[in-house]
Amino acid sequence: MIAIPFQKENMDRSSILSKLKVIVANYSHDKDALEYLSESTDFIKDLKINSANLVDVVLDVEEEFDIEIDNLAMERMLNVSAAIEIITDKLKAK
Amino acid sequence: MNKEEILTHLPYSKPFLFVDELLSIDENGSVGTYTYDKDLDFYKGHFKDHPVTPGVILTETMAQIGLVCLGIYLTATAASGLPGHVMLTSTAIDFMKPVFPGEKVTVTTEKVYFRFKKLHCNVQMTNAAGEIVCKGTISGMVTNKMNG
Repeated sequence: MIAIPFQKENMDRSSILSKLKVIVANYSHDKDALEYLSESTDFIKDLKINSANLVDVVLDVEEEFDIEIDNLAMERMLNVSAAIEIITDKLKAK
Repeated sequence: MNKEEILTHLPYSKPFLFVDELLSIDENGSVGTYTYDKDLDFYKGHFKDHPVTPGVILTETMAQIGLVCLGIYLTATAASGLPGHVMLTSTAIDFMKPVFPGEKVTVTTEKVYFRFKKLHCNVQMTNAAGEIVCKGTISGMVTNKMNG
């Protein structure tokens, strides 16, 4: 049997979401919203993350997925589904 | 933007200006000094008959010299060239020694990162004897508006 090496490009949305959950747990101020984190979760409205900690979320995302987020992507990164789109695109572009 | 120009852009005045002099500033950090006037109002109550500079004032001093001066410098030297406002967003400071009325302190800041408008710094305050008074990290958002 041939072992298939783990490739970040193959990461699906649910595994990105579970990695995101670990990251945002450090900055979230709403336990329930964190527990029921879904693609529609808004970082600011639901998780009560402030703009400064949103920057930390993005910096942690860069490190976790080994990608670079530019200013434009940062401005779009306001909820979980947008974050997953951006991460998926950046991983594909690698 | 030079050191003197940065001081004129600070949005504070007495009794809440805690920067006397900037000794150096560049894209990686800043060094500045402040001497606590023994007549500052808070000494009357912190503490009764035993004046000691409050930790929040030491933190504010580090924020003004470190974060705010550096934030103004970084935005003024950036492409847009407009000196920004700095909104404090978090602090984590350990206090080692008391600072009494009349003491002169030196604050040294080191930029950790400045990305997506967030400036995150390591800060340290020393007294005239060179002993570390307090140290930690401070961050803020550098914006174009005064209230974010």
